[in-house]
Amino acid sequence: MSTLQFIMDNLNEVLYLSWEHIWIVGIALLIATPIGVVLGIVITKHEQFASRVLNGANILMTIPSLALFGLMLPILSMVDMGLGKVPAIIALVLYSQLPIIRNTYTAIKNVPPALVDAARGMGMSKWKLLRELEIPLAIPLIIAGLRTAAVMNIGVAAIATYIGAGGLGVYIQQGIARVYPEMIMSGAILVSLLAIVVDGGMALLERVATPEGIKVQRKLSR
Amino acid sequence: MITYESVTKVYGKGLNTVTALDNVSFTIPKGEVVVFLGPSGCGKTTTLRLTNRLETLTRGVITIEDQNIMDIDVVQLRQRLGYVIQAIGLFPNKTIAENIAVVPKLLHWDEERISKRVDELLEMTNLDPELYRDRYPAELSGGQQQRVGVARGLAADPNILLMDEPFGAIDPINREEIQDEFLKLQTKLKKTVAFVSHDIHEAIKMGDRIAIFEKGRLVQYDTPEVILTQPKNKFVSDFVGADRALKVLGLMRVSDIINRTPKNIIQGGDRSAEALHFLNTKDSRYGIVLEHNKPIGFVTQKSLKYEDGPVRDAVEPYPVFLREKTPLRDVLSSMLMYSTPTFCVVDDDKNFAGTVTYNDIQKAVKASYADETENVEPVETEVAS
Repeated sequence: MSTLQFIMDNLNEVLYLSWEHIWIVGIALLIATPIGVVLGIVITKHEQFASRVLNGANILMTIPSLALFGLMLPILSMVDMGLGKVPAIIALVLYSQLPIIRNTYTAIKNVPPALVDAARGMGMSKWKLLRELEIPLAIPLIIAGLRTAAVMNIGVAAIATYIGAGGLGVYIQQGIARVYPEMIMSGAILVSLLAIVVDGGMALLERVATPEGIKVQRKLSR
Repeated sequence: MITYESVTKVYGKGLNTVTALDNVSFTIPKGEVVVFLGPSGCGKTTTLRLTNRLETLTRGVITIEDQNIMDIDVVQLRQRLGYVIQAIGLFPNKTIAENIAVVPKLLHWDEERISKRVDELLEMTNLDPELYRDRYPAELSGGQQQRVGVARGLAADPNILLMDEPFGAIDPINREEIQDEFLKLQTKLKKTVAFVSHDIHEAIKMGDRIAIFEKGRLVQYDTPEVILTQPKNKFVSDFVGADRALKVLGLMRVSDIINRTPKNIIQGGDRSAEALHFLNTKDSRYGIVLEHNKPIGFVTQKSLKYEDGPVRDAVEPYPVFLREKTPLRDVLSSMLMYSTPTFCVVDDDKNFAGTVTYNDIQKAVKASYADETENVEPVETEVAS
């Protein structure tokens, strides 16, 4: 109850921090999506790089977020951006790569070879093939990758508060420092809530972006 | 016209090479359907895919309409050749109309021309445009999907169609129907068609000629009749099957053996005693009874013997009537079913056109094998070499 009280008492700050949190995650996703999708598509056409790129993205995922901030600190300090939102966003972009690349790669690979064959046999160029067939069929899975990345990044962004990125993590960090349980709880609950809402929103987007014909196919094959 | 000249396809490099196609030469004449037939891995699909350069030629020359395919831009080449594959080749994210419009769109036709062409093709393939234009492939049955596949291949009105086991995934009843429809279309459109199949029945039915492949070689290239009656070696005769006499019957039609002037015709109004006498003089055990030039049935000497009135009272009706275009296989089947050795052939107005007897069928089969029995020896030496 007192947690709710805390939120009501600090509503303006809560809204500001939530907005900041969403902003960091949003910007990171906007940057990560084109990079990840393009890389994912490129490695389906140049299979020899596929395992290398996927492994690289995998390794990025294994670095703990605090360690990643630490690693970037000396490098970004050289351009005077060691702390704040910039390193936070860079970290989130890096973390997003694995789900986005892997889903894009898998989705394009999953397009039935008979369809690709038919398209090529009818004289579609590689571009046309990608635009008319492969991407439309891959879209649901690509967005599922974005969804994973977004939800994961909401959690990681909470830690970015340690390098002064702001966001809802501020409540958790400061709550711990001040031994202020209501503050910690507010931060934790709001971050979780945010993750749930974004997850739901992305699920909706996934449904909207699925081509009509694919929806019909799914419904009928059930 | 498509010509294949010493066409060879080798997969792999160095020591690990597999020859998928070995020095194959033949010509598909303009306006004919040629079926590439053989077991899987024989090179038939490779030959087709070399034609639109989905596979790259190792050696040899392929020309379409006297143009080397290697001199044509690959995308343009493919847009010039209609391509039909199994129903699974329809794009699930596009409507039926959009699927059919793929090649016209690639060729930058304007919207109006495309939509007119789509409707025209849907009607041609017996699909109501109003009903199907805006549906998605998943909403159609397998047979309907395959019709769309054919329509899509024909969309830009190519002179040449490449068909890769187009009807392979459809149930037998629908397959027959679609094959018939395609043949009907083909008599009108006169496309040059390369048609891959592993089904000998389909090959006999669809092909003006059949090219039989074995292990990357072209074993025999002939009309279905010649393939059935004069298989070049054991592989071909095995592939064609032990029932090839029956398959020959599938190729021949009533019009090939019809007897238009049988001697044992009786009019329904004749008196029975006269008719009996007439049959006796003609040495015929039964007579065909006509009324106003329409066959109403047959009478036997036995049934006439105990009849006083006109012949028509003693008539036994025929269970079925034949048409001139009925395949002899169906005729034989009817004969076995109804144990009737003679059937009447009628025209569209049910007028009498002639008769077909079991003996006529047997004679026809024997005649088509006459060459083979004389050539037994050379056939065998060829196998040995």
